[in-house]
Amino acid sequence: MTTVSIRGARVDLGGRTVWQDVNLDVGAGELVAILGPNGVGKSTLLKAILGLVPLAAGDIGVLGRPAGVANHEIGYLPQRRSFDPSLRIRGVDIVGLGLDGDRFGISLPTRARRRDRRARIDELIDLVDAEGYAYRPIGQCSGGEQQRLLIAQALARRPPLLLLDEPLDSLDLPNQASVATLVAQICREQQVAVMIVAHDVNPILTHLDRVVYLGAGGAVAGSPDEVITTETLSRLYQSPVEVLRASDGRLVVVGRPEAASYHPDLHHHGHSHGSGAHGAR
Amino acid sequence: MLADNGAPLTWNLARDVTQLFEFHFMVNAFRAGTAVAVVAAAVGWFMVLRRQTFAGHTLGIVAFPGASAAIWLGLSATVGFFGFCIATALVIAALPRTTGSGSSSEEAALIGTVQAFALASGFLFVSLYGGFLNGLTSVLFGSFLGITDAQVLTLVAVAVGAVAVLAAVRRPLLFSSVDPDVASARGVPSRVLSTMFLVVLGAAVAEASQITGALLVFALLVVPAASAQVITARPGVSFLLATVFGLVITWAGLACAYYSPYPVGFWTTTIAFATYIAARVGAAAVPRFARASA
Repeated sequence: MTTVSIRGARVDLGGRTVWQDVNLDVGAGELVAILGPNGVGKSTLLKAILGLVPLAAGDIGVLGRPAGVANHEIGYLPQRRSFDPSLRIRGVDIVGLGLDGDRFGISLPTRARRRDRRARIDELIDLVDAEGYAYRPIGQCSGGEQQRLLIAQALARRPPLLLLDEPLDSLDLPNQASVATLVAQICREQQVAVMIVAHDVNPILTHLDRVVYLGAGGAVAGSPDEVITTETLSRLYQSPVEVLRASDGRLVVVGRPEAASYHPDLHHHGHSHGSGAHGAR
Repeated sequence: MLADNGAPLTWNLARDVTQLFEFHFMVNAFRAGTAVAVVAAAVGWFMVLRRQTFAGHTLGIVAFPGASAAIWLGLSATVGFFGFCIATALVIAALPRTTGSGSSSEEAALIGTVQAFALASGFLFVSLYGGFLNGLTSVLFGSFLGITDAQVLTLVAVAVGAVAVLAAVRRPLLFSSVDPDVASARGVPSRVLSTMFLVVLGAAVAEASQITGALLVFALLVVPAASAQVITARPGVSFLLATVFGLVITWAGLACAYYSPYPVGFWTTTIAFATYIAARVGAAAVPRFARASA
């Protein structure tokens, strides 16, 4: 069964079409990136999957039900800056909120319930390798540490679908690589369907099964090798876009869509175009 | 304050404590103070976490015209405290809330304007009433004299109600306080919780005002929670600590006021201030608590 299936979806906000003709299937254990220039509506696509933004056309199914119905089975990480440095709540407490943070009621948990909760939290902290800082106040953790704890929180109830909005934003390069590896590992080992919004595809490129590139004219979905090419992107943005592949495999997009994966520090563009593709996996 | 009514402080601690409870008004003061301390610490704990101290302050200021209007109209001050504080809480809840924690400068300016107007109208009601000037200081700075059995009953009932509401919503409220976006995506009704919390905050401020006065509510609302959160980042522990601090501040404040010529508002505020300083110094001296070793 596909975890997420999107058919001919279109979203209008304030009388303007944000994107249209989005078609995509994501299954268990698949990692899919949502790409495109700033302001193209990448986060809006995640919100549409959560049913928080209405569709103007098409439909979105999540776990075989309409969007918005199965939200309790989705782990969602919105785009954020970071926690207030003075917030006096520990990382473990933040992770615990993923387990029972939405539960109302006066009753205190039983001893057995508390033990299970404790065990699950330890397991999650172990999963994201956060033993070293999980007991520190969250505001005093680094951006990468906070991101790992938040991923643990999102995974607390073993959701079959994980939606991550720019989880690598504001992390330094080594942290981007390690959080990307962590997400990919969770995706494969726990058989979770993962959709990840990114403005730079490179840290996650080697892990990706598929990408969706959004543009005002429409959207293209497919394997990175099919989509991130000079021809496909030029057609999507209706203006000359050039995709270059560096000798280390990184992609550089040059042209109008704000160089979605452009690194100013990258001096050595290998002159092979993306279409020549030595496998993205 | 009562040094002239024949209850001198002795070196015998047991006798001093028994003496405290010899008069019925003092027993009522402790009963009321205990209820107020518990509810103020519990609500204040969430208020500090939610960065809504400014809203709490506004509610405290509004308590003043509330009480003075009620007295001018011949009603009990308690009615005025609760009526005005809860009505204002609903107005603040209805204001368009800026996203994230902390208020925008526009919101701050608006609330500042309301605060000045509230103080001015309070003073107007006092002038209209005329012979109420003696009561003015106790409305502004607190008093523990003449708390009736009926008042104690009201204070305890409201405190129990407020704490029960908080207990029922504690997890979702904590979730939406530290991470509103994720909580909403998880189906936590953040907007409803926010309104509910402001109403409970209004009730807590109205309670605290009756002991500390409208201007000094922070002694019981902010300080216990802020001190506890300085000491530990474990939510359960800091919540309990806040309650303990609130009780100690209130009880010690009442005892000091009983044996000294100075008012209860001064004592609670001073002890609260000392508690906060001690918490800060303690946390700095023993960094284990602040860092919570892994």
